[in-house]
Amino acid sequence: MATTTERIARREPIDATAPPQKPRKRRKEWLLPAYTGLVIAYLFVPIAIMILFGFNNPAGRYNFQWEGFTLKWYNPTTLLEYEDLNDALINSLTVAIVSTLIATALGTLIALALTRHRFRGRSSLNLGLFLPMASPEVVLGVSLLALFVSINVPLGLVTIIIAHIMFSISFVVVTVKARTSGFDHNLEDAAGDLGADPWTAFWTVTFPLIFPGILAAGLLVFALSIDDYVITSFNAGGATTIPLWVYGASRIGVPPQVNVMGTLLFSLGLLYVIVSLWRGRKAEALAPPVGKG
Amino acid sequence: MPDIRLEGLTKEFKEMVAVDHIDLTIEEGEFFSLLGPSGCGKTTTLRMIGGFEDPTEGHIYLGGSEVTGLPPYKRNVNTVFQSYALFPHLNVHDNVAYGLKRKKVAGDEIKSRVHEMLDIVDLPGYEQRRINQLSGGQQQRVALARALVNRPALLLLDEPLGALDLKLRKTMQLELKRIQGDVGITFVYVTHDQEEAMTMSNRIAVMNAGHFEQVGAPQDVYELPATEFVSGFLGASNLLEGEIESVNGPTAKVALELGATVALPADRLPTRQGRIGIGVRPEKIHIQDASAADASSRANAIEAMVRMSTYTGVSTSYECRTSDGSPVVVYVQNLGSSSVSIGAGTRVRLSWDPEHTFAVKRVAKAEDDGDKTATAMEGART
Repeated sequence: MATTTERIARREPIDATAPPQKPRKRRKEWLLPAYTGLVIAYLFVPIAIMILFGFNNPAGRYNFQWEGFTLKWYNPTTLLEYEDLNDALINSLTVAIVSTLIATALGTLIALALTRHRFRGRSSLNLGLFLPMASPEVVLGVSLLALFVSINVPLGLVTIIIAHIMFSISFVVVTVKARTSGFDHNLEDAAGDLGADPWTAFWTVTFPLIFPGILAAGLLVFALSIDDYVITSFNAGGATTIPLWVYGASRIGVPPQVNVMGTLLFSLGLLYVIVSLWRGRKAEALAPPVGKG
Repeated sequence: MPDIRLEGLTKEFKEMVAVDHIDLTIEEGEFFSLLGPSGCGKTTTLRMIGGFEDPTEGHIYLGGSEVTGLPPYKRNVNTVFQSYALFPHLNVHDNVAYGLKRKKVAGDEIKSRVHEMLDIVDLPGYEQRRINQLSGGQQQRVALARALVNRPALLLLDEPLGALDLKLRKTMQLELKRIQGDVGITFVYVTHDQEEAMTMSNRIAVMNAGHFEQVGAPQDVYELPATEFVSGFLGASNLLEGEIESVNGPTAKVALELGATVALPADRLPTRQGRIGIGVRPEKIHIQDASAADASSRANAIEAMVRMSTYTGVSTSYECRTSDGSPVVVYVQNLGSSSVSIGAGTRVRLSWDPEHTFAVKRVAKAEDDGDKTATAMEGART
C-alpha cells in the first residue's frame, strides 16, 4: 500500500482522507505559467503592435487603424521619404554612438578605480554616482540648459552628447563594477610576475575579463541614449533626434516609417541577443570533454 | 654562489610589523621552505622577494644585484600563487605561453617550450584545454608550468598545494621535488605544513611573529629545535623544566623540576646557567614497567604514570604524567610479539639517550592552569 506522499508524487488520485490537496496542487500548476504568460504579454504587446503597424496600409494620415497589409514602407525609397526624419535618425545614431563610447570609457575607469583603490571620498563618490540616476530627468535637463546658457555654449548636437554622457556614466559604473568587484587581482599580479608591465597586463588580462561587463554597460547606455526625450528636448537647440521628431509628428500623425525604423532597431537588438546565445551554446558544445582527475 | 640574499628585510603595515629585520641567504639550486603559522609573515616575505610588496626597510639581492624597489615584471623571478591565478579567458597553451610572449620569444620556440614544459608537469596534449575544464591538481600543474617555462632564476611558491586534497597533495609534493631536480631552479616555498616542509626542503626557516626562530636542514630543525616554538611547531615534543646543574667538558647535567637529573651534550645549551626547558621527541623515549626496569633502560630516566594508551596501528602512543604533573607523550612502534601493551595506571620508567635530548630557552609563560598542557604540543597541522 503506497503512502499518501508517494501517491502525490505519482499523481495518483488520493482517497477521501486528504481531498483538499488535489485541487490546490492543480491550481498551483497552472497559476504560475499563466501569470508568467500575462507578464510576457504585457511586455511584448506594445512592441508587437509597433511591428504590426509597420505593415499597415493606412488610408489617411493616422496609422492607428488596421487597413490592410503592405510591405511598401520597407521599400528604401518610401522608408527614407522624409528627409528630416532621416536627419533625425542620423543625429540619434551619432549621439548614441559617441556618447556611448565616451561614457563607457570614462565609467569603466571609475569602476576600476572604485574597486581597486581605497581613497578619500570613495564612499561619497559611490553615493554621488546614484544621484544622476535618481534625479528626475526634467531636473537634469533644466539644470544642464541653465549651465549651457550661462557659460554661453551654443545648443546643438554637442550639448546633447555632453548631456547624454553625463547621465550615462552612472549606469556604466554600476554595471561594470558588478564585474570588476568579482575580479581576482591576483591575476594582475600574475601578469606582472610573468613580465607584463601594467599597461600590457591591463589589455591582455584585465580588459578581456571585464569586457562582458563593459559590453553590457555599452548596450544599456546606447539604449538609454537613443530614446531619451526629456533631457534632449531641453538641450537640443535646433538639432532633432528621433524621439524629438516623433513627438513633433505625433500631433499631425506618426508615419509608418517610424514604426519601420523602430522595428529595424529592435531587430538589431534581437539579432545580437540570438547571436550571443548561439555562440555561448556553440562554445559549450565544442569544448573537449573533461580529462582525468 | 648565493642566489638570493635578504638583509634586514622589514615590512610594517599600519599597526603591525609583519616581517621584522630578517637576514637570509639562499644558495643556488636549493629547495628552501619558509614554515610558520598563518600570520607569521612568510607570505609577506615571499611577496617582497617577488616585488608585489615594497619593504619598509632592508635590501633584497638576486644573483648578486639589488632588486629592492624593482616592479615584479623587471625581476627574473616567477611565482606560483596560492589561488593559481590562471587566466580564465586563455587556454592552457596561452596561459603557459604568456610569459614567453611578453619576452617576445619567437612563435615556434614558444610552441616547443610550452610543449616541453607540459611534458615535464605531466600534462602532455593539454594545450587546447580551457582552464575551467581542469581539476585542481591539473590547474596546479599548469600554474607551475606557466612559471617554470620562463626559466626564472628563482621560483616562489605560495602554499601551492593548499587547495588540494590530502592524497593529491602527497603526490604533488613528490612531483614538485622531482620537477625541481629536473629543472635545477632555486625554489622558495611557503607553507604552514611542517610535514610538507620536511618532505620537500633542503633547508627550512621556521618563522614566527615576523622573525626566524631557526634556519636549518629538516633533520636539524626536527632533532635539535632551538626554541620552544620550533619544538612545538614541528611534530610533537615533550618539554620538562629544569635548572642547569653543571657543565663538565662536553656533557652538561640538568636537574629537572620533578626530581631526576638528565645529561645532554653541553653545546646544545642555550645558556650556561639558570632555568631551561629540556626536550625529547616522543619516539625517542623508551617505556617500561617501573617494577621490571632492566638493562634496556637509557641514561636519562624519569618516573611517570600512564594515563592513557592509544593503539594507532603502526605505533602505540602513551600519554603519561610525571610526579609534578607534566604530561609526557611516548610513541612505541608496534614491532610484534615483544610489544606488550602497558595499561593505564601503570607506573612506568621513561628513559632516553643524552644524544636525543635538546634544550630550549625558558620563555616566561602564564603559570599553571592546574594542567600543564603547553609542554606536549602537536605541531600545527591542517
